[in-house]
Amino acid sequence: MIQFVLLISRQGKVRLTKWYSPYTQKERNKVLRELSGVILARGPKLCNFVDWRGYKVVYKRYASLYFCMCIDQEDNELEVLEMIHHFVEILDRYFGSVCELDLIFNFHKAYYILDEILIAGELQESSKKTVARLIAAQDSLVETAKEQASSISNIIAQATK
Amino acid sequence: MEQLKTIGRELAMGSQGGFGQSKEFLDLVKSIGEARSKAEEERIVLLEIETLKRRLSEPEIPKRKMKEYIIRLVYVEMLGHDGSFAYIHAVKMTHDDNLLLKRTGYLAVSLFLSDDHDLIILIVNTIQKDLRSDNYLVVCAALNAVCKLINDETVPAVLPQVVDLLAHPKEAVRKKAIMALHRFYQKSPSSVSHLVSNFRKRLCDNDPGVMGATLWPLFDLITIDVNSYKDLVVSFVSILKQVAERRLPKAYDYHQLPAPFIQIRLLKILALLGSGDKQSSESMYMVVSDIFRKSESTSNIGNAVLYECICCVSSIYPNPKLLEQAAQVISRFLKSDSHNLKYMGIDALGRLIKISPEIAEQHQLAVIDCLEDPDDTLKRKTFELLYKMTKSSNVEVIVDRMIDYMISINDNHYKTYIASRCVELAEKFAPSNQWFIQTMNKVFEHAGDLVNVKVAHNLMKLIAEGFGEDDDTADSQLRSSAVESYLRIIGEPKLPSVFLQVICWVLGEYGTADGKYSASYITGKLCDVAEAYSNDESVKAYAVTAIMKIYAFEISAQRKVEILPECQSLVEELSASHSTDLQQRAYELQAVISLDAPAVESIMPLDASCEDIEIDKNLSFLNGYVQEALEKGAQPYIPENERSGVLDVSNFGNQDHHEALTHSLKFEAYDLPKPVVSSRVPPAAVASSTELVPVPEPSYAREIRQPASSPSVSDAGSLELKLRLDGVQKKWGRPTYSSSASPSSNSSSSTSHNTTNGVTQVDSVGTSNSKARDTYDSKRPQVEISQEKQKLASSLFGGSSKTEKRPSSTNHKASKVGSHASEKSQAPKAAVVHTEVNHEPVPDLLDLGDSTSSALSVDPFKQLEGLLDQTDVASNVNHGTAKTPDFMGLYADTSVSGLSSSFGDLLPTNRDEFNLTSELSSATRTAQGGVTQINKGPNPKDALEKDSRVRQMGVTPTRPNPNLFRDLLG
Repeated sequence: MIQFVLLISRQGKVRLTKWYSPYTQKERNKVLRELSGVILARGPKLCNFVDWRGYKVVYKRYASLYFCMCIDQEDNELEVLEMIHHFVEILDRYFGSVCELDLIFNFHKAYYILDEILIAGELQESSKKTVARLIAAQDSLVETAKEQASSISNIIAQATK
Repeated sequence: MEQLKTIGRELAMGSQGGFGQSKEFLDLVKSIGEARSKAEEERIVLLEIETLKRRLSEPEIPKRKMKEYIIRLVYVEMLGHDGSFAYIHAVKMTHDDNLLLKRTGYLAVSLFLSDDHDLIILIVNTIQKDLRSDNYLVVCAALNAVCKLINDETVPAVLPQVVDLLAHPKEAVRKKAIMALHRFYQKSPSSVSHLVSNFRKRLCDNDPGVMGATLWPLFDLITIDVNSYKDLVVSFVSILKQVAERRLPKAYDYHQLPAPFIQIRLLKILALLGSGDKQSSESMYMVVSDIFRKSESTSNIGNAVLYECICCVSSIYPNPKLLEQAAQVISRFLKSDSHNLKYMGIDALGRLIKISPEIAEQHQLAVIDCLEDPDDTLKRKTFELLYKMTKSSNVEVIVDRMIDYMISINDNHYKTYIASRCVELAEKFAPSNQWFIQTMNKVFEHAGDLVNVKVAHNLMKLIAEGFGEDDDTADSQLRSSAVESYLRIIGEPKLPSVFLQVICWVLGEYGTADGKYSASYITGKLCDVAEAYSNDESVKAYAVTAIMKIYAFEISAQRKVEILPECQSLVEELSASHSTDLQQRAYELQAVISLDAPAVESIMPLDASCEDIEIDKNLSFLNGYVQEALEKGAQPYIPENERSGVLDVSNFGNQDHHEALTHSLKFEAYDLPKPVVSSRVPPAAVASSTELVPVPEPSYAREIRQPASSPSVSDAGSLELKLRLDGVQKKWGRPTYSSSASPSSNSSSSTSHNTTNGVTQVDSVGTSNSKARDTYDSKRPQVEISQEKQKLASSLFGGSSKTEKRPSSTNHKASKVGSHASEKSQAPKAAVVHTEVNHEPVPDLLDLGDSTSSALSVDPFKQLEGLLDQTDVASNVNHGTAKTPDFMGLYADTSVSGLSSSFGDLLPTNRDEFNLTSELSSATRTAQGGVTQINKGPNPKDALEKDSRVRQMGVTPTRPNPNLFRDLLG
């Protein structure tokens, strides 16, 4: 099971956190501090896995962003590495060549997407198409809702997409 | 300054930025993005919290504004601050009819609240309503929240709806309902145990996503109870077969592999079902072998599947053909340049050696390379492997290595772990007591307080008991060497408390035993310890008791006792101590010293720590007193567990505990309290707790302590409580015993092993390495260097026959050198090396681009051309000719914009190629980016748009982070 997902920038800034097991705010901060220290310091040629308090953290760097997932001892590291990639590919498809800035300003959208890929710490959907379709359906509904609310923001949102 | 002005102007132009949020929010994100220090960020966030608090307290906030506040709050929480003041607003938002708001509300509450939060109860009603909604998106949003927020108490409230949703026409809903049920099962198995048949039913769902989702709960269920799912073996095998034969929709393909995530899950399940079950396993052989063949090792996901196959093969009933396939994959992993694959290879090797131990020997050099790798993760994995293959012939080398590593790290968590591993191995396989004591000393010295106290007791026990009854000289030798080593160590600063206790005890018991050291010398040292660690009461207690022992031995040997002045002052100080324990000891010491020789000898006999002392468990000496009291009219004693009227404490505690565990409301009447079945519990507990009393005191304490290990009591049932104390001696006491206890593949068998292995290795190396041979002759110096490695290898893997070992290991070395040879070899090969280096995982290149973009000012395309030519020539050495077109593809790629976003689908590339192209293109891109940051490589138009939009909002890529605009996927 995936314990949590973190997105950390190269400067150690947090871009997204999702906790599938209960952690208090204090613990979360501690985890973030510890892990960003460990992961950001690792050299490029080392393997993408880190032992951490009896768990394993699988991370992968995309441009300036580190995607990290913390998993149980018995999980398959390579598979999780691909889950990360799966997530990134879907983000890429959604945002159209995604970059860190997209995730900074649309972090809630990244959350929505993550919620369609992982649920309760497990991979819920491995088909990119299915995820994309579902997100699009939600968005279109959101769009119509927005249309009623304000037509201006709708236009802007459309331009944003 | 100029720039700032333009930013300001642009910001003033419109409150609505390009990303659909208000200016305020964009400002927040921007200022946090530009914060130079953590403290500055903190300040900004705190300010934002203040603003939000103020805004939220305003009356009649428009809904759209509220939504934004909530999202800002999510942001604040994400940065690690407390936003609990606004949780209630998020909860309220879930009640909204507008899906947009509802979705935001659900997102926020599922990020904010844990499942035991008080506000959950306010959401349950909304969730119930939403689960019944006719809009499947509403249902989906609710189900997402259900997975996070529902706890065992609220499960019953939503369970019926979730079960109904299993038959929902939309597959997305069915899938989420399955996952929600799975979550319920994890949180409170009892509440959904009657529903597990639903998982079986959904396994036949015609949507692969739903089918895939059911594999998670089924995996959990099968882990708990294998036998009731044996009937599903056939179904799982046939599903896996269909998946492998690409019968699933193409959308489930991932990097050209058919539904690999589902394959992995199925393989995990099969591994459980086939474990120790020959019949089930036999039905799996075909399909697993198929997958071995079909999964490509060129892509990462292919390797993930292959690894899972190995796990499966090592778990099910062994099959020679599959084992061979697994071994091939492992050797491919280990030979790979990728650290990830090496890591997986080491892990897989650890799994497979349980079944076929000989496989490890083929990879000895690879394993040693991993052990010496700078990568900590890989190193630790390798230690894990070594731990699994430790036997009495190699324990010294392995434990030495482990201790060296243990000393070098700071991570307490892992230090504890590896220390316990060292102790375990040393206890199991120690070749001699001497070695054991030395090893333990090292472990204590460096991991000290992280080591379990039991280990210290074991060590003391070992020194006290020695080799056994028959060899007294060896025993005393052992003791004097222990004393000597401790006297050496004792002067070092900052020793861990547990270790000091051992030292004090041993010095007290045996310090003067061989007559080498005088009593005053030893007591002086002990006083020093007590003084140096004056904060540590247990060390002081150990020290003072040790001093008492030394004096007692002196007195009983009729020698004159001279009490050192520092000793005198220590005793005086302790007799006024706040600790009653220390006081008592000090007074006892004073009392003992004043006694005459025969009295002292009887209360403090020499070297009697191993004597059995009989204790009267029935306290029969009190019988007279009890009788007297009864005659005077006292109530007879009724054992605790027979007192039916009063609920006895332990029982009550148990019930309480149980209650806390299930944590649900109870509707039935409480059971009548029953008498406890095991009446033996209290005495056993006493035995074990006294055993843990840290101070081995004079006779009276011993009276209680010793019997715990005496056979009479252990028969009485406290065996499991005292664990290793007996086992140690048995496992490696006398030499005869140890040889019979050690694993079978020892001295005699290992010789034959090695020879056969040597032969097979020569074969395999001969074929794979014909090319490298030409070069490694010139590499003699390197061969010399690895002599040490070779020695290490033979001590790790081999037995006694070193001469026979040699040819095979030199060959190995050859293979290793061969693979690295190109690094320093002649001109034509140099290019090959270069390309190989470039084939490394993405991060390198990106890093390169980051840090040394100026160094890359040479035209990157020129370099690539160079690469291209050489790979053409030497591509067969590398990865096979098939790869060359990719480089062409790269050119095509960089020129056609917008292609990269739909990469995975449009290009019929496998994972490896994908990586290659993206890497190289990103390299070129960074090189270009060095000139202007706006230029974004494969997708310049998009990037430009994004960039201008962002600039308009006033966000500019700051110098420390020019990568904000870089495509994540490259």
